[in-house]
Amino acid sequence: MPEPNDSLVRFNEVEKTYDGETLVVKSLNLDIARGEFLTLLGPSGSGKTTCLLMLAGFEPTTHGEIILDGEPINNVPPHKRNIGMVFQNYALFPHMTVEENLAFPLEVRRLPKTQIAEKVRRALDMVRLRGLGSRMPSQLSGGQQQRVAVARALVFEPKLVLMDEPLGALDKQLREQMQYEIKHIHEDLGVTVVYVTHDQSEALTLSNRIAVLNDGVIQQIDTPNKLYENPENAFVAQFVGENNRLLGKVTSINGTGCSVEIDGGGKVEALAVKIDGVGGRTLLSLRPERVRINPTEGQVPNVFDGRVEELIYLGDHIRARVKVCGQDHFIVKIPNASGHSELHKGDQVKVGWAVEDCRALDA
Amino acid sequence: MKNTNVIVVGAAAVIIAVVGYFAIDKGRQASEAQKEIARLSADVERLMGEKEKIEKEKELALRPSSLTVVSWGGAYTKSQVEAYHKPWVKKTGIKINSEDYNGGLAEVKAQVESGTVVWDLVDVELSDAVRGCDDGLFEPIDLSILPPGDDGTPAKDDFLPGTLYECAVANIIWSTIYAYDKTKFPGDKPSTIADFFDSKKFKGKRGMRKGAKPNLEMALMADGVAAGDVYKLLSTPAGVDQAFKMLDKIKDDTVWWEAGAQPPQMLADGEVVMSTAYNGRIFNAQVVENKPFVIVWDGQVWDLDLWAIPKGAPNKKTALEFIAFSTDTTRNAAQASYISYGPVRKSAAPLVSTHAGTGIDMKPHMPTAPENFKNALQNDFAWWADHQDEMNERFAAWLAK
Amino acid sequence: MTSTTANDAIIRTAEGVPLKLKLLRTTRRNRIVAFCLVVPLLLFILVTFLVPIAVMLLRSVDNPIVAETLPQTVAALEHWSGQGVPDEAAFAALAEEFTLARENRTIGRAATRLNFELSGMRSLVTSTARTLSRGEQGPYKELLIEIDGRWGEQKTWATIKLIGQRYTTVQYLASFDLHYDAAGRIVAQPEVRQIYVQIFMRTLWVSLLVTVLCLLLGYPVAYLLSTLPSRISNMLMILVLLPFWTSLLVRTTAWIVLLQTHGVINDLLVWAGLIGDESRVQMIYNMTGTIVAMTHILLPFMVLPIYSVMKTISPSHMRAALSLGANPLVAFWRVYAPQTVPGIGAGSILVFIISIGYYITPALVGGRTGQLISNFIAFHMQKSLNWGLAAALGTVLLACVLLLYWLYSRVVGLDKLKLG
Repeated sequence: MPEPNDSLVRFNEVEKTYDGETLVVKSLNLDIARGEFLTLLGPSGSGKTTCLLMLAGFEPTTHGEIILDGEPINNVPPHKRNIGMVFQNYALFPHMTVEENLAFPLEVRRLPKTQIAEKVRRALDMVRLRGLGSRMPSQLSGGQQQRVAVARALVFEPKLVLMDEPLGALDKQLREQMQYEIKHIHEDLGVTVVYVTHDQSEALTLSNRIAVLNDGVIQQIDTPNKLYENPENAFVAQFVGENNRLLGKVTSINGTGCSVEIDGGGKVEALAVKIDGVGGRTLLSLRPERVRINPTEGQVPNVFDGRVEELIYLGDHIRARVKVCGQDHFIVKIPNASGHSELHKGDQVKVGWAVEDCRALDA
Repeated sequence: MKNTNVIVVGAAAVIIAVVGYFAIDKGRQASEAQKEIARLSADVERLMGEKEKIEKEKELALRPSSLTVVSWGGAYTKSQVEAYHKPWVKKTGIKINSEDYNGGLAEVKAQVESGTVVWDLVDVELSDAVRGCDDGLFEPIDLSILPPGDDGTPAKDDFLPGTLYECAVANIIWSTIYAYDKTKFPGDKPSTIADFFDSKKFKGKRGMRKGAKPNLEMALMADGVAAGDVYKLLSTPAGVDQAFKMLDKIKDDTVWWEAGAQPPQMLADGEVVMSTAYNGRIFNAQVVENKPFVIVWDGQVWDLDLWAIPKGAPNKKTALEFIAFSTDTTRNAAQASYISYGPVRKSAAPLVSTHAGTGIDMKPHMPTAPENFKNALQNDFAWWADHQDEMNERFAAWLAK
Repeated sequence: MTSTTANDAIIRTAEGVPLKLKLLRTTRRNRIVAFCLVVPLLLFILVTFLVPIAVMLLRSVDNPIVAETLPQTVAALEHWSGQGVPDEAAFAALAEEFTLARENRTIGRAATRLNFELSGMRSLVTSTARTLSRGEQGPYKELLIEIDGRWGEQKTWATIKLIGQRYTTVQYLASFDLHYDAAGRIVAQPEVRQIYVQIFMRTLWVSLLVTVLCLLLGYPVAYLLSTLPSRISNMLMILVLLPFWTSLLVRTTAWIVLLQTHGVINDLLVWAGLIGDESRVQMIYNMTGTIVAMTHILLPFMVLPIYSVMKTISPSHMRAALSLGANPLVAFWRVYAPQTVPGIGAGSILVFIISIGYYITPALVGGRTGQLISNFIAFHMQKSLNWGLAAALGTVLLACVLLLYWLYSRVVGLDKLKLG
């Protein structure tokens, strides 16, 4: 975890409204450590891009302050913030060649010509585009344009690079490839990156930490694995990865665990994460890959009868839709390992899960 | 069904009867041939007479329903409407379609050359009448159609000398004068043509016709050249230079007009304090509109307006009739009671009396009135026909600089 | 069916028609349909555009009148050295043809044509013809010189020889203030008659100025329109287009009302005490009036193409430039402005080409000093009736426009032109 004194960016009680009626960002506090890759993840309209624009200086904050490297930057115009930015549509200047695009931030900083040429050459090498420097952006493929955009945001060696859904326009395969490239560039250069996306797998792939935003509020900020394994509320559980939801009522609490009466019938032992106490409504979150089909007797405390409604073959795993506790959207992921149990539609099965995999969250 | 049968049977009967008649008649024909010829020739004579009558009727029926008469617009056209058009319509029932133009031969040329002549009659200046005739743009006019004067004088003697031409018949004498707004000159008032060109003595904007004619003549007269010597001098390069030098003196103080209706308007608007103008237009403003304008007759350049028929005019015959009608003694005199343009018939001159609207005496307002005529110059159409291309070109060049 | 043998190399369709033929047939139908659809426009363009231009080009060099009226005289003058006066043959031919032409009533047209070149030829020709038609007999040389001494002058005959050419370049020379002197050399017109070069220069200068003014005024407007939310920008767009939808005459008249000596602006200035009643500013009926009214009228032609180009420029480009460290001015100048060049080019070329041939506004508000070349073409069409010169001036104007278009395509490139 980053130490507070190593923070590069700090949002301090930042609020933002466009129309004076609704807050798009609500009292946001956020520290971003030097060298960190932080992703703002959230659905559209969650305020993640607004945060980025405020950081870049294109939108003024309504309240609160943003501190960059110890200096408040609320009144610093964008071009003096020294922050690199990669845009969703790349925003390459169409009337300039690739080299001219890369040289632009250096020229406006009045660097000597030889130095500019050297930096441009290195930037092209970094994104493996040597030899394409004299092309116009329109002559490049989407992936190549994206790499130029990244190189341009990095070529003037900013303290901080912002990326606003930079891979949104690429197809799936290219997107995955670019994810690795961005990750490697970040690791090689050690630059601080703030990344905005609504794609949770992209966030999980790239980030040191992920801040999940919804409705202008950070729901949870954590490392990818913690976020996935230990979602702290129903929104995060649902937004990051897949999960089965069981609604019910808390009947008793014992230490870190609790017993929950499921609405569709049945009693489940779960991990008490965010509940209102006995008698309160709760939502149980359960990752599909943590559910076991026909568990060995006594292996797990929660075992229920189910019926296979649907099977989907996905190569590396099989998705089974099972009716459990009156809930017919219960998904189970069965790894396509050798010797896994063969299921058929309509089969009566037993499903079970461990207490620590079942998290009782806010309803 | 029944009806059809009846018709078919009837038709068959008629055909059989006709065929039978011819068969029987054939034998008789030879003997009766002589008689027949005599009868036929009598018929032919009778028919010829009838044909003539029919053609006459046809001609009456073919008379156009309207005649397109083109003139200079404004008060002048109004006077023609009152003096010519209304009595004409009353007499013949042929409507007059009155159009306006700003002079020149361009529109006539365009119509004649494209073969779509829509004008029947045009009111033109003398130099254009002569040039248009030379260029074959106007129809020759048989002067014998003109009626004799009221006193019986034959037309060719009744018209003033120099008013009848191969292709044109004059109807009025008009003049280019200059007029000023007397409210703008509380002290000294302009009284000579030289005053018009003296912008130091009489300050203010002037209005002048946008063209060389008759500004060059006026400029020379203002420079002290006698009316009789103007064209002689203008025929020399030095004379032209002298005229343009005079125009130079007021070039920056001058607003240029093109349509005859503009000068009284510009004077009324205060855009200019004095302007050259057609005398009838100023008269109209003075008398009908009560404007405080004063005409300076010194150095006037007078000219004729003539009727001419564009070549290929749709209603040439009727147009000729209209010329004869509008230039008879009565009409010629009547038109002078609507605007101060002089009649061209000697017999009409004594008939000029009072203005139709206000009842004032017209005679002192005529260009030809002796007190107005002291220093007057007749526009020399022949000189202009020779020199207008060069002068207008030079004037345009002078103007643009 | 049996005809299909092994050595039949032609590929046939199921019905046995050669495939190539079939293809031609099917595409031929399409081609004919396409052509039929284009025919009305093609004819329209041909009749209303190409033919008039061809006629204009022809008229600028066509010079039939004298050659047709006096063919023998012209032929006789072909062998004339150009020194002194020609021999008796030319005089005799002239006398004969004058008499004939007077009978045919064609002498006037010839006189008019000759008079354009040399003042006084009209009366010389008509009066000579009149005298000759009384039946005078030769020898004609003495006779004609006796009728009018000018027949003994070299320049009279030089003019007939020059204007007797069936096709002539005199109109083009006149368009550049040049003419043939009596000896047949091309020399400049006397200074008092020089005008067209100056007017062409003035026209180019005014067009350039109007284009620059339209750009200066229109660019910010287009920028504003392209950046505002569409609800407001649509309303502003109507304000830009409103003058566009108003009659040209109404707009020009409105400027007269505003700018004239006793107009709204002068009245306001006098009322405010900024100028005296005697020293009202002359803002119309001169060059100022022409430029102001033309700029106003042509502004939409500049705004619309620029606007349509600006609309396509992503706002993220400016943001990107700012984030890369360029201050707003540099970002605008280096990133935004270059991307609007196609719009600027299209707008400028539209405004420039429209202004170079502008007629009605200069005619109404240009007064003495604000007249452009079109007004002189109109003058020769309508007043002097020298259609040949009007056609030559028009052709020179057309050549100017084509030259500029060519220059534009060389310097900027036509692919960079975006007309809306």
